[in-house]
Amino acid sequence: MKSLILSTAAKYLLPMLLLFSAYLLLRGHDMPGGGFTGGLVAAAGFSLHGFAFGMSDAKRLLPARPLRLVGAGLLLVLGSGVFAMMKGDPFLTGTWTTLTLPGPGEWKIGTPLLFDLGVFLVVIGATLAVLLGLGRED
Amino acid sequence: MKPLLILPILLPLGFAALSLFFLHMRRVQRLLSVVGMTSLLVAALFLLQFVWRQGIGVVQIGDWPAPFGISLVADLFSAIMIVLAALMGLSVSIYSLADIDAPREGAGYHPLLHFLLMGVCGAFLTGDIFNLYVWFEVMLMASFALMALGGRRLQLEGSVKYVILSLIASSLFLSAVGILYGLTGTLNMADLVGRLSASPVHLVNTLAVLFLIAFGIKSALFPLFFWLPASYHTPPVPVSALFAGLLTKVGIYALIRVFTLLFNQEAGYTHSLILIVSGLTMITGILGAVAQNDFRRILSFNIISHSGYMIMGLGLFTPLALAGSVFYIIHHIIVITTLFLVSGVVRRLQGSLQLPEMGGLYAQAPWLSLIFLVAAFSLAGVPPLSGFWGKLILVQASLSAENYLIAATALMVGLLTLYSMSIVWGKAFWGTPPDGKAPVRILTIRESVPYYLPMAVLVLLTIGISVAAGPVLTLSTRTADQLLDPTAYVRAVLGEKP
Repeated sequence: MKSLILSTAAKYLLPMLLLFSAYLLLRGHDMPGGGFTGGLVAAAGFSLHGFAFGMSDAKRLLPARPLRLVGAGLLLVLGSGVFAMMKGDPFLTGTWTTLTLPGPGEWKIGTPLLFDLGVFLVVIGATLAVLLGLGRED
Repeated sequence: MKPLLILPILLPLGFAALSLFFLHMRRVQRLLSVVGMTSLLVAALFLLQFVWRQGIGVVQIGDWPAPFGISLVADLFSAIMIVLAALMGLSVSIYSLADIDAPREGAGYHPLLHFLLMGVCGAFLTGDIFNLYVWFEVMLMASFALMALGGRRLQLEGSVKYVILSLIASSLFLSAVGILYGLTGTLNMADLVGRLSASPVHLVNTLAVLFLIAFGIKSALFPLFFWLPASYHTPPVPVSALFAGLLTKVGIYALIRVFTLLFNQEAGYTHSLILIVSGLTMITGILGAVAQNDFRRILSFNIISHSGYMIMGLGLFTPLALAGSVFYIIHHIIVITTLFLVSGVVRRLQGSLQLPEMGGLYAQAPWLSLIFLVAAFSLAGVPPLSGFWGKLILVQASLSAENYLIAATALMVGLLTLYSMSIVWGKAFWGTPPDGKAPVRILTIRESVPYYLPMAVLVLLTIGISVAAGPVLTLSTRTADQLLDPTAYVRAVLGEKP
């Protein structure tokens, strides 16, 4: 069933939800938010699009197959932990550095961000894999 | 030595994540699966060697100091269990090359196998009781998916029972952890040791029983075992072989860990309870096995029955008895996995696992019969095979503890095991096939290699343990001594300060 209201709303909501999910992801280390919530919001955006335009359409919007997103996310998480091990610290020790960029000035950047990004991808991938599996007609 | 401790968790994670990229390329997945399990086994062997030489190894994850962060602890018991888990993982992943169909592989069978191994290894390594819960969940999640994958009707029915009972056990476990935290204010197992001995004894005993019930469901002890025979015969054979070899043993591991490290203040109460449970588990399990007609259900009931032996040593709570338990676990994991793997080939050859529909396997597959015979005799404890030594140590320990009833039970259950195995032997291997049976199938060479290689290696290992019972007993004894001396564990985790 096609609904004009739903499809129009979804068209505008998807970019906003994605933007908001990125915001949640980036503020997550010190404030409420993080990879998990960010990932859920992004997945909600994609699934809203899926309800309005069909799940196969939502699948086309994704950069990769959902399970590959999960794989990539897990590898990122693994990488963020192993990074500390290569320096001789225990697994998952947070490693920080400060970047000086011309525009915003000083940026504190570290492996927890990488970890969060990994979680973000895993959550999007896993949620969409479940939704696509449930929405499949066969 | 820090990387070595975390490798048994990282390797399965890495290989599972990698193979998610190649879901549609069957060959790459199979290659990754076998290579991943092989590397896990190598890492596990190095870990065992390290712990044997240098004592308990500890890593504080994220560099957070001990009672606050999560510690990974590898003592001999953990290291032995990880080696066994990796060995079973490798055997099953090779066996799966012949036995798992393409749709299941495309749906992510191999990554799930690695996720399961990651959960199992994590549970063996963690030194934090809440983290133990998390690893249980990782393992269960993977096992739910493996059990339901491919979804035939019978399989889904088995999965529903398995999932519901597992979730009940998990919620009990979580409640127990919550109460434990409320009582002591810490979840680090080493930190708990001191704080529990300062807590009121009746509360500690209540908690102990709560943990006993939660782990008792997971390791299928009397009277909480009924989910196991209702579900283990439904998934594909490699999956049930892996479950049989590993999953209930993680419950047993948790029981032994918790009842040697944390709840040892009033052993007269808690450990006698465990001893009673172990005797009843042995008897009911084997009586169930004798009454069954399905090959895999007979084996399932044997798992239950023999779990009784593994906690019998814990119940007696002497150094020799605990060494017997460790020995028995090593022996049982190898043997029961072999028997389940045999059942897979039998199903391929005969098209059924119902005993009345089977017969003539001895003429059809003499080598398979030999493998079955050795494993079955070993399970029953016929000298000089490995099961005999395990039972001998346990019986000797119970005699020197002057507990004659449990010794008699252990011996009688051994005899009944022999009886239940001889029913299978008599009907499936010796008997004549019933009329009108489907034509006998023959395996091609390409199928036979992945089928027979893991079984042959595992049977040779069983024989190896039988011949080298001395060294294995030395290993078990040192493990038991380590388990019975919590101060070393505490010192390794928390440092010199008490």
